This record gives sequence, C-alpha cells and structure tokens, in this order.
Amino acid sequence: MPSGHFLVSVGLILLGLLVGQRVDMLPVQASVNAPVYDELFRVLFSIGTMLFLGICGLLVYSLVRFRRQPGDFGDGAAIEGNLSLEIVWTAIPAVVVLFVGLYSYNIYERMGGMAPLADHSVMHAMPATDPGSGDRVWGGISTVSGETADLTVDVTALQFAFIFHYPEGNITTGELHVPEGERVELRMKANDVIHAFWVPQFRIKQDIIPGQPTVLTFTANRPGTYPIICAELCGPYHGGMRTSVVVHDRGAFDQWLTKNTLPVA
Amino acid sequence: MFGLVLFLVGDGMTFAGLFAAYLTFRAVNPLPSGGVYDLELLLPTINTALLVISSFTFHRAARQLRQGSGFGCRLWLLITAALGAAFLASQMLEYFKLPFGLTANLFASTFYVLTGFHGLHVTLGVLMILIVWWQARAGGSINRESHFGLEAAELYWHFVDGIWVVLFGIIYLL
Amino acid sequence: MESTSELPVSLIPNHGSWLRYLSFSLDHKVVGIQYLVTGFLFYLVGGVLAGMIRTELATPISDYLSREVYNEVLTMHGTIMIFLWIVPVVNGAFGNYLIPFYVGARDMAFPRLNAVAFWMIPPAGLLLIASFFIGGASQSGWTAYPPLSLRTPALGQLIWIFSVLLLGGSSILGGINFIVTILKLRRPGLKMMQLPMYCWAMLGTSILVVLSTPVLAGTLVMLAFDIVAHTGFFNPAIGGNAVVYQHLFWFYSHPAVYIMVLPAFGLVSEILPVHSRKPLFGYTTMVYSILAIVFLGLIVWAHHMFTSGTPPWMRLFFTIATSFIAVPTGIKFFNWLATLWGGKIALNSAMLFACAFIVNFVLGGITGVALAQVPFDIHVHDTYFVVAHFHYIVYGGTVFIIFSSIYHWYPKITGRMLNEPLGMLHFVLTFVGFNLCFGPQHWLGMNGMPRRVSEYDPQFTLMNQISSVGALLMALSTLPFLINVFHSAWRGRVAGNNPWRALTPEWLTSSPPPVENWNGPAPHVEHPYGYGLVETTP
Repeated sequence: MPSGHFLVSVGLILLGLLVGQRVDMLPVQASVNAPVYDELFRVLFSIGTMLFLGICGLLVYSLVRFRRQPGDFGDGAAIEGNLSLEIVWTAIPAVVVLFVGLYSYNIYERMGGMAPLADHSVMHAMPATDPGSGDRVWGGISTVSGETADLTVDVTALQFAFIFHYPEGNITTGELHVPEGERVELRMKANDVIHAFWVPQFRIKQDIIPGQPTVLTFTANRPGTYPIICAELCGPYHGGMRTSVVVHDRGAFDQWLTKNTLPVA
Repeated sequence: MFGLVLFLVGDGMTFAGLFAAYLTFRAVNPLPSGGVYDLELLLPTINTALLVISSFTFHRAARQLRQGSGFGCRLWLLITAALGAAFLASQMLEYFKLPFGLTANLFASTFYVLTGFHGLHVTLGVLMILIVWWQARAGGSINRESHFGLEAAELYWHFVDGIWVVLFGIIYLL
Repeated sequence: MESTSELPVSLIPNHGSWLRYLSFSLDHKVVGIQYLVTGFLFYLVGGVLAGMIRTELATPISDYLSREVYNEVLTMHGTIMIFLWIVPVVNGAFGNYLIPFYVGARDMAFPRLNAVAFWMIPPAGLLLIASFFIGGASQSGWTAYPPLSLRTPALGQLIWIFSVLLLGGSSILGGINFIVTILKLRRPGLKMMQLPMYCWAMLGTSILVVLSTPVLAGTLVMLAFDIVAHTGFFNPAIGGNAVVYQHLFWFYSHPAVYIMVLPAFGLVSEILPVHSRKPLFGYTTMVYSILAIVFLGLIVWAHHMFTSGTPPWMRLFFTIATSFIAVPTGIKFFNWLATLWGGKIALNSAMLFACAFIVNFVLGGITGVALAQVPFDIHVHDTYFVVAHFHYIVYGGTVFIIFSSIYHWYPKITGRMLNEPLGMLHFVLTFVGFNLCFGPQHWLGMNGMPRRVSEYDPQFTLMNQISSVGALLMALSTLPFLINVFHSAWRGRVAGNNPWRALTPEWLTSSPPPVENWNGPAPHVEHPYGYGLVETTP
C-alpha cells in the first residue's frame, strides 16, 4: 500500500506543522531576541511532534496488529535485518539533525551569539580586580552584532541579590530599569558563588561567574515589568534570589534616570 | 594482565585530567605577582634519569629470571628499588628547597598535587618491587615458571616512568 | 583466570542459604542479586527524598523543609539515584548476573575483585545517608559546583566526595571486570558478533567507565584539597578557576548518562525479540551504533555549559557533536520498531515497560536534541525543562527498563513467575504517574521556573500540583511491585527453565541456575536471536 504510506506521512507532516506552528507555550515576547527564539522553538516543536507521533503511532500499530493470538506458539517472520532500510533510517535522522544544526546556527547568528567579542581566544579572563576594562569579556548573546550599546549597566550578583549600577548617573539600585528599543549591555560579575541572570520574557540567560566577568546584551521592546531570576543553585535562598526588570518607554526612562541621579558631590 | 592494562588506562586518565587542568589553569589564570612557572631543573633532570634507568634495570631483572638466574633477578630488583627510593628522596629534597608551599598559588598547588600523586605511585611501585623481590627468593612463589607478579609489577613500573617523562615535559620544560 | 570454577560447590560459603547474599560471595549471580537488592533499597531512600521535594513544591512558598535541608535533600536525591540505584543496578546487577551466561563462562574474570567492587557500595551509601545526621549532608547539588561547594558546610561536602570516590572506584573495578570477561572469557568458538547485544552495550559502557570515571576522581580530589588544605584550584577568590571544574566534572558526568542508558539499550534488545518472537533487527548496525555513541559520548561534555561563558566556537562544536548522537540512537529505535514489526507480540508486564521505554525515551531524546542547540538551551538551561528532559531519559528510559528486566528475568532468578495483573497495575501507575510528574515540568521550565528552588511564582502552582500528584502515583506504584515480588517468591507459578521459550544462554539451564551456571558444559549459542530460524520447544 504505497499510497497509504504516503498519505500517512503527509498527514503526519501536516499535523506536526499544525501543532508546532500553533502551539503557544512560551511566555510573552519582550525582547528583540524573543521572536527569533520562538521561531526556532516552533520549528523544533514541529519536527519533534512529527517524530514523536510517527514513532509512537508505529509502535502502537505494531502492538495491536502483531499481538500474539492465544495458543499461538509460533515465531514471527525470521527477518534479521534489511540493509537498505537501515541505510534509510540512518540517513533520515542525519539529514534532519544536519538541518536542525545549520538552522539553529543561523538563529544563533541572528541573535548575535557568533559576534566576535572583544577577545574570544580560548579562555582569557581578566583579573578579578579589574572588571571594567572590557578588553576581554566572555559573551552571552548579543542582539545586534558589532554595535555599541546605548546603555551600559554594571551588575553585581551576590548571595542572594542582584545589584545594578548605572555609571551614567551613578545610580545603584536593586531593580533593573531599561529603555524600550535600545541596546543594553550588562557587565556582570559575581562576588561569591556562581549565579545566573535569566529573564524568561527576553529568552536570555548568562551565568555570572566569580573571577570571570561576563557580558550580556539585549534589546527590550515591550514596556512592562518582568522577573529577573537566578538560575544557578547559589545557596539556601537561591529560590528567593529574584528581582524585576522594568522596561520603560524613552520618556519614562529619562524621568527615572533624572529622578534617581545622585547630585555630583 | 589485560585487566592491569585497563586499570593503567584508567589511572592514566586521572593523570590526563590533572594535566588538562594544569594546562588550562596555565593558559587562563594569570599568577599573582611573585608567582613563577620556572623551576630549578637540575634535581628533576637527575630524577628523570634515575627513573628511566630504573626501567632498564627492572627489564634486566625480568630477563635474568627468564634465563634462570634467581640471584641476578633479585639483585637487579634491589637496584631498581634503590633507584626508586633515590627518586623519592630527591623529590623530597626538591620539595624542601622550593620557595613556595602548597597553597602559595595555582601553579604551586597543581605542581604539588601532580608530583605528589605521581610520588604516591612511585612509593607503591617500590613497595611492589620489594614484595616481588621477597617472592622471588629461593622457594618463593615467583620463579622461572611462574612470574606473573613480576611482569605485572614491571608493567606498572614502566607506566609510572612514562607518566613521569610526560610530567617532566609538561611541568618542568614547558 | 577462572578461579572459582575449580572450587567445589561445598567450599562456596553459605551455599544454598540466604546468608550467602550477605557474604563476600564470589558467585556472579549472588553478586548480581546483591547489587539489585541494594540498589532497590537505595531507590526507596531516593524516592522518599523525591517525595519530600514534591511535597515542598506542592505549594509556592518554602514552608515544608528549611531551605538548607531542602538543598541537602535535592543533592542527596540526585546522588543516591544516580550513583547508588541506576548505575549499580543497570551495570552491576544485570551485568554480573547475565554477562557470564552470555559469554559461556562459569563466572566473571575476577570474582574476588567483583565482590570487592560490590562491597564498596553499601558503606559508601550508608555514609552518604549518615551525613544527614552528622552535621548535615552536602548542599551544593549532585554537580557540586565550586565555589558554592567550597562555601557550604565542609563536613557534608567531604563525606559526599569520599562516598562518590568509593562508588566511582567500585564502578571502575566493575568496568575492568566486564571488559576482560567479555573479551577474554568467551567460550571457545563464540565470536564477538554472536554475542547477545547486552554484552556489546556493557563493553561500550565499561569503556566509558574506565576512560571517564578516573577524571572525576582526580577532580574530586582537587575539590577536597580546596576544602581541606585551602588550595585554590576552583576558588576564584584566591586565583582559581571555577569553570575548569565544570569541564572536568562533565567530562565524566556526560558519559555517565550513557553509562546509565547504554546498558538499558542492551537489556531492551534482549527483551523485545523474546516477547515478539522475532530476531533482533539489524544486529550489525546495532553494534556499530553502540560504538558510535561511546565515541560521541566522550566529546560532548560542554553542552552542559552553554551559559558558562564558553567561547562561541566551543558552543558550536558541542552543539554539532551532541546533535549527531541522535543518529546512532535513532538507528537503535528504528531497529527495535522493526523487531516488533511482523512479530507475535505478547504484551505482558515486561513488554509494557519496554514499549513505554520507547515512548518516554523518544520524547526525552527529542528534547535532548533541542537542548543541544545553543540558542534553545540558553533560555531553558538550568530550568525545570532540563529536569523533565533528564528524568525522561533516566527514569522514563533506564528505570522503566530496570522494571521491564525484573519482570523478564525474575523467573530465571527465583524459579517462579511474577503475577501479571499486579504487574499491569504497577505499570499503569508508574506510566501515568511518571508522565503526570514530569510532563508538566517542560512547560514550567519554559515559562520561568528554575530548577533547585523551594519556592516559585503562584502562576506555576497548578502545574506543580499536577506534578506532585504524579509523584504520589509513582510512590504508590512501588506497592503492587513489592507485594508482587514477595508474594511471587513464595506463591508464584513455578516457571520452569525457560518460560519465555527464549534462545539466549541463561535460559538453557535450570531456574534458578546452579552455582557454576550449567551442570554440563556451557551450551554453544550461535543464534541468540534465531527466532523462526532455529527450533524452539513450545
């Protein structure tokens, strides 16, 4: 029944695409990064649905169709293998995996992850005492490659809080405020143990490692308040180590900046 | 014997892990001021020579046994053990002469852990040689016909020597 | 080499008495059962700890355990389940019981070493549990990342290091024993390509054990130095490098996943052909895919570190290497499906667990390929998505196969059949409970719940409660299983030598088998999967 197989395959692919493209399981998109990420997610979800339903369908079909009748003590067909079939199901996953790999590489590039950072020779950390020099940084994802940031914030993570310092205006705060649509660069260092900076609505995460400053850039594009979550076990109060990022439109951000700027002594 | 080879492969992986850690530390983490990678080369070179020679003397001991000379075998075993002991003594001497302690800096720590772990192997090896030496006495369990213990100890000893040569190259010369 | 085979039966300590299971026995079958029972006891302990975690997470606030104890519990849950349940059972228990049969030997290559390896496990496990009561267990997670592991209470961390070193040592000794047994102790005339697939799986696993476990040992010794002697290997405060620990740790701990999963692949390859009366499909490609997984398994460790500040080229390399593991794994799954196709399938408890393994593992494998993609991983790394993925692999995969194997080999081990209705009940509770418990965790992770927390946003309450109900069902599922195992041992239907009419060598002797496996010479099995090719007695 080749036409039957064909129909089943087409049906499966359509179903996979339908489910994958329509599924809505991720939080609100609040950064330039997020739609790109969600596109990758939908593609992976589509392929995954096809594979999962296909394999499970085949399994259940076999279990029903080839179940043993009571009193039947015979053996099944003595087939020990089929080289061409085996080549086919080596080749198909290989092609799928290759496609997924190339595609996710492309996504990664669009997110700016492959952008050459100041120095990405294997593992150069700067001395812990000098986090601000910016010569050698380890990268998280940067949204637009090769551009300089509109706003730079120094982040210090410690048990169990994030501290944000704005060099522009000399502001120190426990809550991150950023302007909508502008590129923000976080220069992050940890005082004690490894922490991680995660904003689910931005789809970004980067470990903050003592002794090795890391950088994370993003462009938020949806005003609102979103959680900042520590994602790396950092001690008893790890679950409570969270704060918020507030995305303002430009005017509101300027207001916030002016209001909080410390007068020059 | 095959089991021993597998064990040595595993043991070698432990060293490989430590070497990898050492090389990464060295590439990534600058030492605080005052820390240096350069070490005095005289004693370690003598040490290398001692161990390399001891491999040959052990081989000689095994050959003597196969040729039927129990006495020759035991003599060469003793020489090997003495060379191993001399290595350990000289290593201790080096430790005392070094200007830094275990916790001085990253290099010092890695240096002591690597050489210490290797020294532990040499110590075990010397003990093994002495046991084999005892078993190779007239009427002992090791003789011309049955010498698995001797061969196993020899393989182990060559392994420990080989590791030292790598270690010497990576830590002292590099 | 065959040291026990010369021992007359009367000299084997406590022969015939149940006391032999508490002795330093050299009989590979006794050692196998020792591993199995010990492992299961630790599974119950780890399960209680899991229950404590799910109880804490039934409400959004941290109210059931103190935060320190919660971290101790999650650390011990991971450590016990991995190092004292899955690794010892799927390798030590079934490996020791089956491999000598499969190669046609009367025991393992080094029976004494074997007993030593087993007896390292109970003290290590008890010490680990005892650490709860003497100053508190380790709080830094089963990964023990420094600098956190250098700052949590030192005693618990040191006990953890010591126990894991003991367990790793036991694992290495076992691995050496398996490799030598499979390569050197084969019955004369038995070719490698005639071995049952579990032998190949154990060969691959043991190679991984011998190559990667020593690296973990060296790493943990360095960690211990950092704690005790205040060296600074992994302590950035005094010039060390915390990321180097992660590289070394995952160089072992990623292969560790294959150490837990490859033997399960082997076991399922034994179970499916028997109950579907068909030869294992594609024997040769199965062998090569195991070898490919072993090779690839050694070069993918840094995919656990995509957010650890690794450079882009490294992320790219590990993405590609990791994705390609899907190819040999996929071959195995398609071959299993082809084994079922056209068979005469008996859907008993062993088979239900084996087929559910396929379902669970395919899902875990798909999320695994997704996690291998750097941009995907960056959002869900260290979240409940990873927790879900991991449990789909090791619980939905390996633990399901452990249960399947118990239903399959119990008649051989005890001489009696397990009760099928109770087995089905066990299966339904486990399968439903498992999917309820871990399915929703995918969603939780994607939507913002990090792992290893004792409190969470109220919006995640419903999904967490579903998950906790699933955990409760999983806990309940052990009841019919335990009743079944004990009841059947006394009252079960007598199995006979070969109740499944199987062709692999362990079924060609009495149930339970005699001390040296066969009363006569070992049978020569050229076609362990020759269903439809050779005569099987009904």
